[in-house]
Amino acid sequence: MKKFAKIAALAGVSVMMLSSTALAGDTFKIGTIGPLTGAGAAYGNAVMNGAQIAVDEINEAGGINGAQVEFKAEDDQLDEEKAVTAYNSLKDWDMQILLGTVTSGSCLAVSTEAAPDADNIFMLTPSGSQKDCIAAGDNEFRVCFSDPDQGSASAIYIGEHGLAEKVGVIYNSSIDYSKGIYATFRQEAEEQPFEIVAAEAFTNGSVDFSAQLQSLKDAGAELVYLPFYYDEIAVVLKQAKDMDFAPIWFGVDGMDGLLTVEGFDQSLAEGCILLTPFSADAEDELTVNFVTKYQELYGEVPNQFAADAYDGMYILKAAIEKAGATPDMSASEISDIVKVAMTEISVDGLTGTGMTWNADGEPSKSPKTVQIQNGVYVGME
Amino acid sequence: MKKQKLRSNLITYGIVLAAYVIVQALIAADSLSSMMKGLLVPLCVYVVLAVSLNLVVGISGELSLGHAGFMCVGAFSGAFFSKCIQDVLTFSPLRLLIAMLIGAAVAAVFGILIGIPVLRLKGDYLAIVTLAFGEIIKNVMNIFYVGIDGAGFHFSTQDEFALNLAADGRMIISGPTGITQTPKDATFTAGIILVLITLFIVLNLIDSRDGRAIMSIRDNRIAAESIGINITKYKLMAFTISAALAGAAGALYAHNLSSLTAKKFDYNTSILALVFVVLGGIGNIRGSIIAAVLLTALPELLRGLSSYRMLIYSIVLIVMMLFNWAPKALEWRERNLGRFFKTSPNK
Amino acid sequence: MKFLSYLINGISLGSVYAIIALGYTMVYGIAKMLNFAHGDVIMVGAYAAFACIMNASLPPYAAVLVAIVVCTVLGVLIETVAYRPLLSAASSLAVLITAIGVSYFLQNVVLLIFGANAKSFQSVVSLPNLKLADGALNISGVTIVTVISCILIMLALTAFISRTKTGQAMLAVSEDKGAAQLMGINVNGTIAVTFAIGSGLAAIAGVLLCSAYPSLSPYTGSMPGIKAFTAAVFGGIGSIPGAFLGGLLLGIIEILAKGYISTELSDAIVFSVLIIILLVKPTGLLGRKMQEKV
Repeated sequence: MKKFAKIAALAGVSVMMLSSTALAGDTFKIGTIGPLTGAGAAYGNAVMNGAQIAVDEINEAGGINGAQVEFKAEDDQLDEEKAVTAYNSLKDWDMQILLGTVTSGSCLAVSTEAAPDADNIFMLTPSGSQKDCIAAGDNEFRVCFSDPDQGSASAIYIGEHGLAEKVGVIYNSSIDYSKGIYATFRQEAEEQPFEIVAAEAFTNGSVDFSAQLQSLKDAGAELVYLPFYYDEIAVVLKQAKDMDFAPIWFGVDGMDGLLTVEGFDQSLAEGCILLTPFSADAEDELTVNFVTKYQELYGEVPNQFAADAYDGMYILKAAIEKAGATPDMSASEISDIVKVAMTEISVDGLTGTGMTWNADGEPSKSPKTVQIQNGVYVGME
Repeated sequence: MKKQKLRSNLITYGIVLAAYVIVQALIAADSLSSMMKGLLVPLCVYVVLAVSLNLVVGISGELSLGHAGFMCVGAFSGAFFSKCIQDVLTFSPLRLLIAMLIGAAVAAVFGILIGIPVLRLKGDYLAIVTLAFGEIIKNVMNIFYVGIDGAGFHFSTQDEFALNLAADGRMIISGPTGITQTPKDATFTAGIILVLITLFIVLNLIDSRDGRAIMSIRDNRIAAESIGINITKYKLMAFTISAALAGAAGALYAHNLSSLTAKKFDYNTSILALVFVVLGGIGNIRGSIIAAVLLTALPELLRGLSSYRMLIYSIVLIVMMLFNWAPKALEWRERNLGRFFKTSPNK
Repeated sequence: MKFLSYLINGISLGSVYAIIALGYTMVYGIAKMLNFAHGDVIMVGAYAAFACIMNASLPPYAAVLVAIVVCTVLGVLIETVAYRPLLSAASSLAVLITAIGVSYFLQNVVLLIFGANAKSFQSVVSLPNLKLADGALNISGVTIVTVISCILIMLALTAFISRTKTGQAMLAVSEDKGAAQLMGINVNGTIAVTFAIGSGLAAIAGVLLCSAYPSLSPYTGSMPGIKAFTAAVFGGIGSIPGAFLGGLLLGIIEILAKGYISTELSDAIVFSVLIIILLVKPTGLLGRKMQEKV
């Protein structure tokens, strides 16, 4: 109930603050775009929160090249058209660098706007994984893996470790993330010593997976590949248990976050294997610091979206410092030098150590394979 | 009577033209924000969508919840054309024009195909069937893969590898990712021209013999039938024209964004169009224009409220509906604000 | 055996649709409005139960009761504030649009209070699975409870409407508001009671939906809401047995379409069947033929 009062009060205050302006030229203005309301809100908010922690840390430690960072997140409601509007509104705010967008569809729409032949604003997407979403210009980079990379890496891992001979797949046919990973997985599987015995789709908004699970069970799948997000995976695991179907579950980075779902029966996740660049249970200092701060501020365990955004902000810092950019430069000037610097830096972050980038904007880092044992991630080789 | 109508129509055209001139002046004076500039084409798209839906809901009196489906068909066929012809036809206004015509034509065909069976349903049953068609169109577009190479077009419903494209091939439609990198041909001027054409078609239809026949069916079907009006023909006419206009709007939409996905055209977009129509006044064309502009711009102008934005938007929507439609509110308006609202927007 | 498994899963899903559809259909029958916010009331009910179990550590049955109370109050509140002023508006579409506004409102309030992250719902049902035919056929406890509650609710509603005075008043109001008023029936009160019952049912549906399919987000209600609306129309909107039948059939068709035809196109198939049925029977399976007034 306290929150209600807060909402009412804040709503009043924010009406008054409709136009907030900052002095141009002495701070770096970094924006992000993602779904903060609507069906994808979990991803957008995670990115906003993760990036905010990094911004606070950077500012506390003296900023980038001595200049403070201003950060602003705009909502796109998982809609390409609104993403462009959000992008334009950030431009009105004099954004110099874009840490976005969060989702691939919006990223595709915004990437042509930010490309050198248009606005020329440097763009680093934390989580836009579709293969073409940073292809519109040479000033576009990403933090996460691309979808094809994950798909083939999964197939190779399953094949090389001989995890199973009969593999089933469930994928979400209405999002490109899931379908893109599945397509390359299937492609790579032809070279591997296992067979895809069944592949079943579902669409956004589906609540029931029993029919899909039934087909996989009947096809005798020993391992089921789940290239989609953890909230739906939670339902799949529960329904599989109800029908006594217990294959090896194999997920990609979208599965990370499963253990943090409030109210989730963690015993269901026992034995799940996933390829993920980030694990909130890692014990290195960086991860522990980040996870603790995130929990203190937002009351949740961060997922990979938050980690990608946190890393993204530090990658920007490294690239800006390498390029020697200053906040009085225009977005276009910054873009021209930072895109060169991006290919020269190496960053240690939550989602990988020694991350480097090629001129296409793709990161080079290797996914960790982990297994969930007794409710925690245990590294596999 | 006739004169009055003509005047009213001229005012409507005038508002659109005035808006165009003002916006152009603002752009020339460089005092329009990037966000507003970016909103111009979407505003035209939604105005056309609202006006065309009003033709079905207001003039023909049928409840349609699948309008986004026609927009979807128009957007994909228009963008498909432009993607194929991109390198051959480089004059963008002409390319956009042809794309919009194709979008309109394809949507019209779908309008006829869907209209013939479903228009004999009434009220909420028609609403659910149109909603169902909209969802089916969206679902099918989502699994569609089309590529092109030296050997011609390749189709698949599985994934892009199943197309077996040659090395020089390129994807045109790729399932849930849809069509990417459509040439950005849409301009505000093109949008305004489409709005004017739409208004011209719809307003002239309303004032024509055919339009009166359509409205007589809405007001009393049996009486209309008894004086020999062909019910199916006229209902279908309104439905098809409306679908074609939505298709053209879809093509315009597709040429404004470099990423076109089918999920945009779900029932939420259809419902949004219906919200414009009802809020602006059912059957009131000018009202549709104003409501579409207001409701499209409102959430963007509320961006300063950050996370409370959509909450405030929903409250504003409810309050506006109550203010515009509740009989008690209308009475109160009549009494206290009579000078400003001479006639209530709804009949 | 495969077919039987599909059938059981279909009945399970269909029962959830049916309970939601019952709420839709009751409200439609009496207020002649499509309450697009119904799906979101379901979501609120599920969140209420979730908060009771997770934060207040109440036992499941108490959580369900709290959820019912919350939704009932919410339903009456929505009706009074947002719908009642519009029930006599010039067009029935006005209240439909307001319902959409209410739907956005509920989603955004819950988003602000509980955040966007999906919650997993610990099943309120602790019944063990039923195993038949040496384990080849497996019926989960939730399924059994869902199906039984669905049938009980349907029977109770039918009895309520035909046996009680309030029920009869509802029938009268749905038949002819003006005449009912003349007969001394409190029309507004009757509509409010209908909303209360419909929303209470929504709470039960929400808890069962999230017990069977444990993922809860502010947008959980919208797709099942649309499906249930479809189910209600399918069975003949306004008819209580129709909503029950429509819900069940919709669930079964959906699962069979997934099992035997295509998982990608299952929604398209469900909607196609709906269209075909409506073209053959324009007022749904058990709907009354509309009278045309000359």
